[in-house]
This record gives sequence, structure tokens and C-alpha cells, in this order.
Amino acid sequence: MAPNRRYSAGDRAVIAVGLGLAVALELALIWGPALASVALSGTDWDGIERPRWIGGGNYADLAAEYPPFWPAVRNNLLWLGFLALIAAPFGLLCAVLLDRRLRLSRVYQNALYLPVVLSLAVVGFIAQLVFSADYGVLNAVTGLTTDWLGDSSINLWVVMPAAGWRHTGYVMIIYLAGLKSVDPALKEAAAIDGAGEGQTFFKVVFPALRPVNVIVLVITVIEALRAFDIVYAINKGRNGLELLSVLVTENIVGEAARIGFGSAIAVILLVISTGFIVVYLSQIFREDR
Amino acid sequence: MGQPMITRRGALLGAAAFCVPAAPAGCGGPPGGSGAGTVTVGSNASDAVPKKALQQVVDGFGGATVRIDTVDHNTFQENINRYLRGTPDDVFTWFSGYRMRFFAEQGLATDVSDVWRRIGGDYTPALKAASSAADGRQYFVPFTYYPWAVFYRKSVWADRDYRPPKTLDELTALAGRMKRDGLIPIGFADKDGWPAMGTFDILNMRLNGYDFHISLMSGKESWTDRRVKAVFDTWRGLLTHHQPAALGRTWQEAAQSLARGQTGMYLLGMFVAQQFPPRELDDLDLFTFPEINPKYGTDAIDAPIDGYMISAKARNVEGAKALLEHLAAASSQNIATELDPGTLACSAKADTRGYTPLQQRGADLVSGARHIAQFLDRDTRPDFASTVMIPALQRFIGRPDDIDALLRDIEAQKTNIFR
Repeated sequence: MAPNRRYSAGDRAVIAVGLGLAVALELALIWGPALASVALSGTDWDGIERPRWIGGGNYADLAAEYPPFWPAVRNNLLWLGFLALIAAPFGLLCAVLLDRRLRLSRVYQNALYLPVVLSLAVVGFIAQLVFSADYGVLNAVTGLTTDWLGDSSINLWVVMPAAGWRHTGYVMIIYLAGLKSVDPALKEAAAIDGAGEGQTFFKVVFPALRPVNVIVLVITVIEALRAFDIVYAINKGRNGLELLSVLVTENIVGEAARIGFGSAIAVILLVISTGFIVVYLSQIFREDR
Repeated sequence: MGQPMITRRGALLGAAAFCVPAAPAGCGGPPGGSGAGTVTVGSNASDAVPKKALQQVVDGFGGATVRIDTVDHNTFQENINRYLRGTPDDVFTWFSGYRMRFFAEQGLATDVSDVWRRIGGDYTPALKAASSAADGRQYFVPFTYYPWAVFYRKSVWADRDYRPPKTLDELTALAGRMKRDGLIPIGFADKDGWPAMGTFDILNMRLNGYDFHISLMSGKESWTDRRVKAVFDTWRGLLTHHQPAALGRTWQEAAQSLARGQTGMYLLGMFVAQQFPPRELDDLDLFTFPEINPKYGTDAIDAPIDGYMISAKARNVEGAKALLEHLAAASSQNIATELDPGTLACSAKADTRGYTPLQQRGADLVSGARHIAQFLDRDTRPDFASTVMIPALQRFIGRPDDIDALLRDIEAQKTNIFR
């Protein structure tokens, strides 16, 4: 009991209250609903009558007989891949270029950051103005008749860049701040050692940005998993734009809600997010040790 | 669904997240029905015209003071469950048919059979049936409705001497002529998911009759039945005459291309009139979807009914019933039909002399139909309509050659939902 002696009764009370409050809130607002979803996912419930326990029935239906499910999983993963492999690196590239104090760099910086202040629902609205088959700018200018948003084989590839447009600006501003904090002496030292521009960046600057990289990775994963508003604004997340978050809403919210079924989809989303969180936290703890 | 939903997107999430559980009763307001002499009305009439109509009708009510809580059309529908279980208003706007029965059977609505004993003479038996639940009692008072039909511009047709087709072959031939004349034969839009239900309904009723349609909607028939397959086969044949790229288009846009004379005809509810400038409304005409199977002719149409119900938790039941009686009056419904030319009065005693020519034609169409369906999303379980049928019909429109697999998928999901 040695460490205990260091704390007075008052300290312990403060710790108990402080920690207790945080734990209670966490339990009530995060774990309570999450576990409730897990429990509900085993039931058939319309929100009115008593829930009926059906075990794994919802999951079996999901995997085997709910056509939008697998497209939604695939779309969420594509979304993550697009943001992580294309939008985020592009944001980094923009940040690096802007960091070299080009002429008009302020203008570029503002132009690239501008979409970040828009909500994704607004981005979805703008996308419709551009890509609508009948009145969209793109078809009007090019004379094409492509149904960019209605054709389920291409609409995701139109919407992801629209979402990426916003994500790029977000990532750029974070990296720009990160790059400003990299000690210029590091780059000078690398240059003196004869490293080229590319080598300096990849071997010296980029590793020095590690804390920023982690933040960018985390927000990218979050953005990919919570993507919802842009597809909902465009076509309510149907017909090629299915996402897990949309399916959850679609099933739970509504007149005769399939709350059990929707909860099962929510649990899958929870499992996927938890997977990323576990990987991320284990990385962090390993590095810190 | 099944009616104009201009404000569908957006507000939904906010309301869903923050107004739980008392949702549509006007987030943050005091719970309805305070004290004697006040009746609260939960209204989904969030568009300007219906909102104004309801206000005017209520202003003419001599009984209790009425307070109307208007909620965005869609938000209201999405939250109806929580609303009725929370602190609902005394009276609320709703729809007839399956959607009414669903809540009546859950014990969330008040029996208004006594009101019907007084107003019954104003309504046809079909309307009474549409207001009754399985227990034979009435839970709903019809206010206005609108038929689904094929709409066209008289001037466009007169120029080229087109005539309303009487059979499917005539329709196909007419569509071919229109194409040669540089028109898009049949307007089509299904970005919002529900308009295509109107096409499914009418093809099913023309091919297989009203009874089969209703039986299919209530989950009693198999979707892999050859009769259902015939519907999709027929539809696939017609799809080549439909406006392409329908999944990226809203009904408003399709209606505008009809208004501009680019499209020859358009199957939609009478609310299509909203997209026409008032002075061009006289040029809009309609005909019923042509006969396919001579056995059924053109004896059935979709004509969804909007009306009012009393919640089970109503505080001022007497006042609410008096208000329902007032809403059932022909004079009340005429106020609404005059303001909104896309609707018709439900009361048989309503004065139709004030109708526009289009309303007149719509009323004739309905009185000529032996069976009135309520539209797919009102004739079946709402969860089946939104989570199964919307994606399924969109998939069909995108890939019309994959009918067998599509129907197997629908049937599998139907079995899970109607258990």
C-alpha cells in the first residue's frame, strides 16, 4: 500500500469524483448505448411491442439476404482507401508545396482550405449542381449525357473525389502546421550531408512529422467510417452509394423501424471501428514503452 | 412518401437526434393539450400551400382553440413511432390504409367510430373501408386525396395529333411515334426511390388485378410468382421508352421536362401540377394508364388519401373529435382543394364546381375506378417499402435484365420482414 500514503483523504475524494464522473459519463453515454445496441442486435423489435430474441438471426439475414449490406461494406472500405491513399497524400503534397512559400501561396492555401468549412451535406449539394445528368455543369459544358450520380457503377467514383476535395484541405492545413514546426536545422543538416530534395523529405522531414501522421491517420479513418451526409444529400445513400452508416439510419429511423436489424449493422460498424482503434492504440503503447 | 417531398432531405437527422422521444410535437415546446378548450394538431403540412390550407380550415372551426404544430413533412413521418408513444398532439395528420392500420393495431390511435356515425353519409363505402382497421372500427377521417395517372400537355399532343392510348399496344405504338418526333416518350425519375413504385403498382394492377396486388402487398403472395415476373417483364419492355438516367433525376425535374414539352407523357400523382406555372395548368391533362389484361381493364388506380387521426394519448378527446367532424365537412375540404389544385376533396358532398378542369378530370377518373389502391408504401409494411422495395426497384431500373435474381432477393427479404 506504499503509493497510497502519498495521497491525503482530500486527494482521494477529488480523484474519486473526477475519475468517477468521467467513468460514469463514459459508461452512460458511450458504453451503455453501445452495449444496448449489441443486445438489441439479437432481437426483432419494431420499437413498439416487446423485443423478441432471435439470437444471430439478424446477422445471418444481413450477410445472406440483405443486398445493400456487402456493397456498403465494400464502399466504406473504398472510401477509406480513397481518403487514405489519394486524398491525404495529396493534402500532404499541397502542404509541402505551399510550405515552400510559392508566389500567391496564401491564395492557394485559402482555396484549398475553403471546402473544409462546408458541411459534407453542402458538398453533396454542390456535387449535384456539377454532376446532375440534366442540369449539371459538367454535362452542360462537355456535351456528355452521362448520368454521373444515378449510374451505380460510377457514382461512387464521382462522390469520393467530392468528399476527398474537402478532406484534402483538412489534411493540408494540419500538415502545413506540422511542417512549420519541423526544425529547419534538420533540413540543413541533411543538405550538408548531401541528401537530395526527395531524400531529405522522405528520410528526415516525414519521420519527424510522425505525431502529425498519426493524427491524420486517425481523422482519415474517422471520416471514412462516419461518411454519411454527402451520400444522404445526393440520393439517400442508395443505388451505388450505400454506406454502413446509411443502412443503420435507414433501418432504425422510420415509421416501422427494424431496430434489431439496424442495430446489427451498427454493431458491425462498431467492430470495424474497434479494429482500427485497437491497432492504433497498440501501436501507440508499443512506441511509448 | 408517395407525395411530393420537396423538403425530404436535411432536417431529418437533426430532429431524429434531438427531439427523441417526443419528437414531432415541436421540439422544445410544451407538451400538447394544455387545459380545457384547446386541441393540438400535429401537422406534416410543412409546404406553404398545404400549411396555409390547414390554417384556413382550422380558423373556421367554432369549437375549441386549435394549436397547430407543423413539422417538416419527412421528419414527421420518420419519427411517427416515437411521436405517438411520447407526448403526441391530440389530432395528427396521417395516411389511410395499411399505414393507418399499423398504428391502430398497436393501440396508438383513438377509435373514431362515433364520429363516423355522424359523418359517414358524406363518404363512399370505399373511403370508409380505407379508414377502418381490421377490427372494423374507424380510426381515420379522410380529408383530401390525389389520383395517379398519365399526364400530358394538350398543346404538345394536339400539334402532333396524338390520342390517349387505350391498350398497352397503343401505348407502345404512341411511344414509338413520339420517339420519331424527337420527344422522350415517357418521363421517368426515381432518384428519391418512391416514384417508381407508382409504375410498379399500376402495371401489377393492370396485369394481375387489384386483389392480387393487395395480397402481394400484405406479404401473402410470393414475389417469385410468374405473375410478378410478368410485371417486371412488361416494365422492361416499356423501359426503352422511358426517360433514361432516371436514377439521377427527381420527380420535380421530370415534371419540368414535361412542362417544357420535351417529354410526351408522365405517370405521376396529380401533384405534378405543382411544377406547372398557374397559367399553363389549363394545358395539363391526364388519362388513366391503358388496359393490359382485358380481365381487369382499367378498373383500379392509385389514389392515396391524406387525413387526420386522434392519438391514443389525446388529452382533449371530445375537442379532437369535434375538430375531426369539422375537417370532414365538405366546406373545409373545399378550402384545401381550392388552394392546392393537386388535390381532390374526399367528401362526396364537396362542391366540385370550383374545381379546375384538371381536378374535374381527376375526380372523374377516381369515380370511374372500381378499386382504389393507396400506393405501394401505404399498402404494405413501411419497413418493407423503404428498406426492400426502394433499393429493389432502383436495382431493376439500373439493371433491367436481372429479374429472376432480383425477385429471389425480394422474396428472401420479405420472408424476414413479414414473419
